[in-house]
Amino acid sequence: MGMAADSEFHVLAVDDSIIDRKLIERLLKTSSYQVTTVDSGSKALEFLGLHEDDRIHQNTPSVSPNNHQEVEVNLVITDYCMPGMTGYDLLKKIKESSSLKNIPVVIMSSENVPSRISRCLEEGAEEFFLKPVRLSDLSKLRPHLLKTKSKDHCKEQVDEKPAFPSPKQEGKEEQQQSKNNKRKAMEEGVSPERTRPRPNGITSMV
Amino acid sequence: MNIVNQLQRQFIDFSTSLHREGFVDDQFTQLQKLQDENSPDFVVEVVSLFFEDCEKLINNMARALEQTQGVDFKQVDASVHQLKGSSSSIGAMRVKNACIAFRSFCEAQNREGCLRCLQQVTHEYSLLKNKLQTLFTLEQQILAAGGSIPVVD
Repeated sequence: MGMAADSEFHVLAVDDSIIDRKLIERLLKTSSYQVTTVDSGSKALEFLGLHEDDRIHQNTPSVSPNNHQEVEVNLVITDYCMPGMTGYDLLKKIKESSSLKNIPVVIMSSENVPSRISRCLEEGAEEFFLKPVRLSDLSKLRPHLLKTKSKDHCKEQVDEKPAFPSPKQEGKEEQQQSKNNKRKAMEEGVSPERTRPRPNGITSMV
Repeated sequence: MNIVNQLQRQFIDFSTSLHREGFVDDQFTQLQKLQDENSPDFVVEVVSLFFEDCEKLINNMARALEQTQGVDFKQVDASVHQLKGSSSSIGAMRVKNACIAFRSFCEAQNREGCLRCLQQVTHEYSLLKNKLQTLFTLEQQILAAGGSIPVVD
């Protein structure tokens, strides 16, 4: 099948809470991802090699000389509520950057605010997780990561394998499916304190 | 019953009571499940971070509520919000619930109500601290006696 081992995927986790950073790190490592955690949006951008004036470099190829992208980041997962730069601001900056816009971004929040969720999805977030994040939530990351790998490296394989529809179509399908998933979160969450039905035990990660 | 079995029995009973009495919820169980040989002290580490954070936030709230010139309720609320988040993340249910009540008093800008809630939060925090320290001690005793820590679902 040629599926990349998860340890090839590097996730950048952004959260101002040290407890949540520790938790997301453990969840990601348990799922066999490589993890870097930072405590702010600005540190995240620094790590991604994006500088404030990066907009002038719109025409340069994806890795500009002042990016320290020896370590490739395959996905950014960020808390929404952070002092200074919010997760939403970070998402915007990533999506507005020519070098970073293809990196999937996932937002986490302790509050179930439908308008917040829609805003994030509209801005290009792939998923919106309610905190506390569970191992089962992380299994939703895989498709987004696999999509980026196949786009970057396996152009021929994308044509060969029917499992991976063409990027345009896949984008639409993904969006539709993601929208369905998120609509569920919005519908379920009238009050933030309502418990959601949860699967028992832990989804085992390959 | 040998010593390991005795300790394990104690552990199970104590764990069960923590859940039953609402000190911890399922999220705490999730944390325990994330602990493995790669990360053998994960739960203790997270819980320690939580208690440090708790103390800091409780102090912040107390200071903010003391301001005689006028309480900055937004500031108090920001601390309560943070504490609510971290208690939710580790499964500290009673602390979390105390925070929920606290937030409504912040919104209402009710200083007396806030002070009562602060007392409640502080109380729940120290109760939980004691309970978890007991739990961790039992774990250590089991391990020292050569046993393994039972998984309590």
